[in-house]
Amino acid sequence: MEVMSRLLVCPPDYFGIEYEINPWMRRSNAVNSDQAVRQWHHLMQVLEQHVGAVLERINPVPGLPDLVFTANAGIVVGGTAVPSRFRYAERQKEEAYFEDWFREQGYEVVTLDPGHFFEGAGDLLGFPDTWFGGYRQRSDIRVYPTLSEWFHREIIPLELVDKRFYHLDTCLCPLSGGELLYFPPAFDHYGQEALAERIAPSRRLVVPEAEALRFACNAVCVGKHVVLPAGCLETESLLISRGYLLHPVPLDEFMKSGGSAKCLTLALD
Amino acid sequence: MMHDEETVLLQGHIIDSLILAKVLDTILMMGGTFDLQDVQIGKTREEPSRARIIVRAPSAKLLSEILHAIQPHGASVESERDCRLSAAPADGIFPEEFYATTHLSTQVRVRDQWVEVEGIEMDLGIRVDLVGLTARTIPMGQVTRGDLIVTGREGVRVIPLQRPRDRDVFSFMESQVSAERPHVHIIGDIAKRLVQLRAGFREGKVGNKVLLAGGPAIVHAGGREALAWLIDEEFIHVLFCGNALPAHDMEVDLYGTSLGYGHAAGRVVPHGHEHHLRTINRIRAIGSIEAAVRSGVVKTGIMAACVRRGAHVVMAGTVRDDGPLPGVITDSVEAQAAMRAAIPGIGLALLVASTLHAVATGNLLPATIPSVCVDVNPAVPTKLADRGSFQAVGLVMDAASFLRELARELGWKS
Repeated sequence: MEVMSRLLVCPPDYFGIEYEINPWMRRSNAVNSDQAVRQWHHLMQVLEQHVGAVLERINPVPGLPDLVFTANAGIVVGGTAVPSRFRYAERQKEEAYFEDWFREQGYEVVTLDPGHFFEGAGDLLGFPDTWFGGYRQRSDIRVYPTLSEWFHREIIPLELVDKRFYHLDTCLCPLSGGELLYFPPAFDHYGQEALAERIAPSRRLVVPEAEALRFACNAVCVGKHVVLPAGCLETESLLISRGYLLHPVPLDEFMKSGGSAKCLTLALD
Repeated sequence: MMHDEETVLLQGHIIDSLILAKVLDTILMMGGTFDLQDVQIGKTREEPSRARIIVRAPSAKLLSEILHAIQPHGASVESERDCRLSAAPADGIFPEEFYATTHLSTQVRVRDQWVEVEGIEMDLGIRVDLVGLTARTIPMGQVTRGDLIVTGREGVRVIPLQRPRDRDVFSFMESQVSAERPHVHIIGDIAKRLVQLRAGFREGKVGNKVLLAGGPAIVHAGGREALAWLIDEEFIHVLFCGNALPAHDMEVDLYGTSLGYGHAAGRVVPHGHEHHLRTINRIRAIGSIEAAVRSGVVKTGIMAACVRRGAHVVMAGTVRDDGPLPGVITDSVEAQAAMRAAIPGIGLALLVASTLHAVATGNLLPATIPSVCVDVNPAVPTKLADRGSFQAVGLVMDAASFLRELARELGWKS
């Protein structure tokens, strides 16, 4: 049975590297815009045609190159949206656009205390009853008790200890079958232990470092479909052995900015 | 030893995520300590847990470093309120609901900062000076109308006693009193402390004075020479007593008896019961104990040693006193004030063979000062130990044996 999924995306019309706020971004490493546009459209085609996702588009805005990474718009749970509070001023300008979009779409918008950072589905993801919240690099751990109370979900905070994996979705991906795809060294031993306590060894799929650095964990899982950046062969075979249908997509233009498949989408339902 | 401390709150799914473990480990690894208070564990998976943690560190700088390190993990400093202050309604009367002190170090929050309460002692009130931002204990009788007195418990924190660093009898954090315990090691440890304190005292260090509060049984039982030697050798610097101890001490010098007993012969001498009265009368005629010693009338004993060494003596009278001797304070409130004034600078207290003076002194001592209570009646050390001081050692033995053993340990040749 195909699972219906609605995803928020943003065309990469103004995507580029205009500042450096993570170790992947270097202004000297310019984005090939045509190539980026081609890769993005390819991803959209896979999501719509192969995965069966429904795509909602937010209009790109000049001067906001990272608006394309809609995973960081906020989180959506049922009819409620919680917009992000970005840590860096460069991305704080995106907040109003995402918030307006949520309101226009009829979501009930609930906002967090402005004193605390929260970077949306980039840092908060999980299984239906247990969520994981990345903190320290971008989001503030203090938002999780609030979100947990609002949505009646357990949220296990996980400290991100490697600057290259600055959002939780760059190193951890919960799959629809209950497995967890992740790169353990991105967490300290407390985080690794907490994950090991929670998820049986047979369900923990460890991504090798070389592929973690290609953002193998930055995958979109809809039902049995997994869309992930191309070139992660070991990860692919791990997933195939668990019965997933794989859709590798080349996204290296977006990797220049520290983002891949998952960063380019926000699950709406 | 004083510690800086701050209370932090941690909430959320802190147990399964091991965030609580991480925060506690961080505190310890950085050289701090903690007390876990009010840990509420969520009853369901969704329900968050909460922990209130008191973080302590040996310095304010380290405390701030620790707080800085644990804040990213969600530990937030508990917002504290200032203590409540009410004006004393009349002289000698505390406002209703006044805060009554314990003998433990205490801080009050005034204008958003923790202020150390000076002169800590149990069963007093706390007066706050808002201009100088200071706080000090005050006895009920000394309150002046309008004084700002702390009321309620908000904004007041009591600092639990830390385990002492020295590994001796005072560091075991036990207040057991037993006649069966061997005394030798305890007396050995006390002697070591006296040696350290005397060295500090001679260097002029603060907090190195030794106080002895004692009763006349010291003289009757034969501890007079040992105590006089301890004072002469500068092991004891402050003496609290009543009328009887000095009276019988000087009776020995003038008549060779204490309470009529021949001191050397060990039996009642004819008309011996008059000797202490004659002694008191003699000293009253001379005008003061000091004059009696300086003029050579009284040559030996405890009081002579005190005068020679300039020891600070507070004599507090009671209703059964004869005389009394000049210098005995007969107003008990005044006597209490004089004893209180002698407490600062004390590093060890020996409470020997006097229920009255032992309890009165115990009430005046902050818990941070180690104390030894020696009495043949187990009820007295027990009463003192029940004050909850980790550093109160009780010894059930007679005063003379204690003082003689202690003096011998320190080199006295009897």
